[in-house]
Amino acid sequence: MKDQVIIRTRGLTKHYVLGAETVRAVRGVDLVIERGEFVAIMGPSGSGKSTFMNMIGCLDTPTEGDYWLNGQLVSDLSDDQLARVRNREIGFVFQTFNLLPRATALHNVELPLIYAGVGSKERQRRAREKLELVGLGDRMGHKPPEMSGGQRQRVAVARALVNEPALLLADEPTGNLDSVTSQDIMAQLEQLNESGQTILLVTHERDIAQHARRQVHLKDGMIEQDFLNEHVETRA
Amino acid sequence: MLLFEIIMVAMGAVRANVLRSALTTLGIVIGIAAVITMVALGEGAQQRVQEEINRMGTSILTIRPGQQMWGGVSRGDAQLSIDDAIALRAESNGLLRVSPEQQSRMQVTYGRWNSNTQIMGVWPEYFEMYGHELQSGRWFDQGEVQGRRRLAVLGANLPETLGDTPPELLVGANIQIRGIIFEVIGILEEKGDAAWVRPDDQIFIPQSTAQYRVMGGRDRLNSIYAATETPDELDVGFAEIDRIMRREHRIKVGEDADFNVRNSADLLETRNEANRTFALLLAGIAAISLLVGGIGIMNIMLVSVTERTREIGIRKALGATKRAIMTQFLVEALFLCTLGGLLGVAAGYAASEAVTRLAEWDTSVAPEAVITAIVFSAAVGLFFGLWPARRAAILDPIDALRYE
Repeated sequence: MKDQVIIRTRGLTKHYVLGAETVRAVRGVDLVIERGEFVAIMGPSGSGKSTFMNMIGCLDTPTEGDYWLNGQLVSDLSDDQLARVRNREIGFVFQTFNLLPRATALHNVELPLIYAGVGSKERQRRAREKLELVGLGDRMGHKPPEMSGGQRQRVAVARALVNEPALLLADEPTGNLDSVTSQDIMAQLEQLNESGQTILLVTHERDIAQHARRQVHLKDGMIEQDFLNEHVETRA
Repeated sequence: MLLFEIIMVAMGAVRANVLRSALTTLGIVIGIAAVITMVALGEGAQQRVQEEINRMGTSILTIRPGQQMWGGVSRGDAQLSIDDAIALRAESNGLLRVSPEQQSRMQVTYGRWNSNTQIMGVWPEYFEMYGHELQSGRWFDQGEVQGRRRLAVLGANLPETLGDTPPELLVGANIQIRGIIFEVIGILEEKGDAAWVRPDDQIFIPQSTAQYRVMGGRDRLNSIYAATETPDELDVGFAEIDRIMRREHRIKVGEDADFNVRNSADLLETRNEANRTFALLLAGIAAISLLVGGIGIMNIMLVSVTERTREIGIRKALGATKRAIMTQFLVEALFLCTLGGLLGVAAGYAASEAVTRLAEWDTSVAPEAVITAIVFSAAVGLFFGLWPARRAAILDPIDALRYE
């Protein structure tokens, strides 16, 4: 059963020292996410949701507690080991897209493969495949400033997928998009989930969270609610 | 493989800011150009000095009168006499050739032309010693020296000085030196300057003639030249001269000699010294320029790291290790500096050429200097790129991603 678990946290805690004050951003979160799940993390600002996300994304290490990602204990890895885990196991989709503005869509998607040490031909083949998957087969040579917000976010999704990650981590992916484009992106994520991709979505919008199958609500650094969306049964 | 990608990225960053990159490398360009010019000038001067030494003869010892000391008190200049030269020729084994030299500037007339020319009273060995060649006519021989004959061998420039007369016409003609008639028997090939000596403008006559007929019986010699067969025997020659001269002048071993013996290389040492000072000055300029250039590179790399904080964050989030980021920025600095180095070599080469053309100084750009310059500029890039690259590498990915 263990290989079915993608994320397991135990007592995950993060404290910050801000001046004389210690901010306890995350206070002992226990969470299990299995392969193929589509989970939305919700919570108001200050709920510790961003800090939690950073730890799940291996961008930050916890003060206390353990975190297993795809069967590997990652909570006390070194910076460079974390970089490797990010490269192999996680695909990021950010609110602000975070594409390299001077690079083409194709090159942006290739980027994680460069750091994985994949050869040039194989890189291009896989990057093309993912860009076609998100419907941008005809925009590969365009640079981000020449694209719409929705197109940029789809480039980011292609980039997140190109390493075949265990986990797709989407941090407010629709925060900079209009509602129609937002629906497109969410539909894209749903589709990916249906084909088996584990997705963790962070959002503060209820209707966006509705696209997930399960919602985890954080408040004051702890899990307040953890439930399945109603439509899940009907979809299943 | 990854390194290749990193290099491409770094070069892309340089291309994206062409003007800024160009201005940044200017310091390095100037520094390296100064180094190349300096080395080219130094090398040229060195070659020139070597040529002069060769022209002066590499195995010639010059004996000059020194101070005559008596109980620690100077008693005026000592003298070299013709007897010293005769003794040196007669008694040494190691000295191949010996020639006294008695010289003075005198009025020389030929027809209606006249000039003030340096007259050299020498022995025939003098010509062999300095490797003079005749373009026409003949030498005078030892017998003619004995006979105090009024014969003259002219330096290569004299036909021109004396009314542009063709050398063939001049040979066999009579000239007057201080009103005394001399027969021109030979014209020398052009020799070029050797330090302060300008043999092309001199007239050579037998030493005895100079002493008794021209200089009014003056016994004092200006110098005595002695040549060994090869430069390696200079030490032996030196010892022999010292021994014979001390005996002639009755100076005991341990007492200060009243003559100086030097070789041609020593005489040119002074000029070498001046060249070296000049080279040091340029080296100073180059060092300062490279330092300033390096700081410029560091500055612009720091700006670049700050500007690209977000890019660094993205790369880190996608799996770039510290090392990958560090390499990227180091390669960028290295690329800038090496480019500056190459441009500097080109500029230095051009400057050397210009100096050669305009100032007629010899220059020579050595390949070793070019390689050293490029390696050195790369080292500057590495050194001054290290800190900015490290700053980029240790950026926190979360902060970097949030950076606006």
